[in-house]
Amino acid sequence: MNIFDIIGPIMVGPSSSHTAGAVRIGLVTRHLLAQEPVSATITLHGSFSATGSGHGTQKAIIAGLLGMLQDDIRIPQSDILAKQVGFQYRFEYKTIKDAHPNTALIHVVGKNGREIEVQASSIGGGRILINKIDGILVNFSGEQNTLIVHNIDQPGHVAEVTSTLSHKSVNIATMQLFRDSRGGYAVMVIETDQDIPIESIDWLNHLEGVIKVTYLSAVK
Amino acid sequence: MSFKSMEEIVKLCSEQNKSFYEIVIEEDINESDISLEDSLSKMKKMWDAMIDASDNYDGNLKSKSGLVGGNGLRMLDYLDKKNSYCGSFTTNVIAEALKMGESNACMKRIVAAPTAGSCGVIPAVLISYYRYADIPEKAIIQSLYVAGGIGQVIAERAFVSGAAGGCQAEIGVASAMAAGALVFLKNGTVEQICHATAMTLKNLLGLVCDPVAGLVEVPCVKRNVIGAVNALSCADMALAGIESQVPVDQVIDAMKEIGENMNTNYKETACGGCGITPRAVEIENNLKSINI
Repeated sequence: MNIFDIIGPIMVGPSSSHTAGAVRIGLVTRHLLAQEPVSATITLHGSFSATGSGHGTQKAIIAGLLGMLQDDIRIPQSDILAKQVGFQYRFEYKTIKDAHPNTALIHVVGKNGREIEVQASSIGGGRILINKIDGILVNFSGEQNTLIVHNIDQPGHVAEVTSTLSHKSVNIATMQLFRDSRGGYAVMVIETDQDIPIESIDWLNHLEGVIKVTYLSAVK
Repeated sequence: MSFKSMEEIVKLCSEQNKSFYEIVIEEDINESDISLEDSLSKMKKMWDAMIDASDNYDGNLKSKSGLVGGNGLRMLDYLDKKNSYCGSFTTNVIAEALKMGESNACMKRIVAAPTAGSCGVIPAVLISYYRYADIPEKAIIQSLYVAGGIGQVIAERAFVSGAAGGCQAEIGVASAMAAGALVFLKNGTVEQICHATAMTLKNLLGLVCDPVAGLVEVPCVKRNVIGAVNALSCADMALAGIESQVPVDQVIDAMKEIGENMNTNYKETACGGCGITPRAVEIENNLKSINI
């Protein structure tokens, strides 16, 4: 473990999992949406639901959605700030099947109409895992540059994406493929060592059979 | 790559004729591929944030549950009466530990060291000593590397979270890290740092994580005090030449073995100990009515 994971991080209390990790879940969701969020429905599960209030979990997720980092002293007032900027949200408290105890499901709408649904877990020490995007299983931390491509499950899409990356000298660190059914809805999650240029994202977005492209620059 | 044992650090110190601090910072520079200045300035940020947290303590705040707040101020008032058993320095350490733990519970900004729940232990001893002894800031920052190096070894060999190993793995580890830093600040030897770490951790072996209502409040805030005071006494024992009969790496392994065998009721689940006392149940029911 890095020494600054031991002495650090600097964060707003009280809990690295229920507060700092919750901020990060909101923040990564904001980055995945890639535009200013205007409204969100947030479902809290397990320990997030049971003890969230005492840990400031709700305020932390809102703070992250508004773009705050885990050490932002405005986190305790994020509900007031949300009102000021006209960001609307609603919390629900439900069991999410087969989810980690500290899990949130966020459905968020951006100012240009883009919507995304993110399910993420806070796995300890402020670190998180994104479990699902739009209902499709994924598995990444957001600590590295991450490209998520939703496409129709048909031959050639993986090749198109990887050759686009190779063309820009972007090295792939990890790659995962998921699909709901044969010929159905598929997702690839690719973590890369280098940042992916915006024109490559645009290019992928216009390919036939590609439904949605989401890119997350490493969120430190 | 982090250190796998305290023995490894001791060996490197003697082979290269360097201090504990130098070995740890050199590892960070190599591992993170940053300059000495960058590493030091990052650590200074941590120290500054600890000082800020202490300075910005608000004794009038209460946590949302209402269980925590104001005791740091109470302890400082008591310190002014100059009649404590612990003497002014140690009483101040107690006050600092309470202040930091309470600030954390009240959603103020703190430095997790190694965790948010144990964030009061290291600043309590270092801030108090820094102010009482008027030592240079540079020395304090170096001592944070000593603390960090000890934490790295424990994270590598065992764990540093209540959910994984109980409170021994949070307050116990913070206490061991603090003791090492304190021995370093008084120019103790590398071996004395190891003995202090071993004794500190040994004293808190088996400590369970049994939070009331699952919150980082009761008994967490006051456990920061025992972590800090334990660090002081063990650092002094080590500096006096008292040794731990069980070597430090073996104590860390013992903590791991205890943590692994600890019933999950005592690992941050709020299903045991203080967390299921009648009073805890009452508090939990009260909170449910004001929550959500």
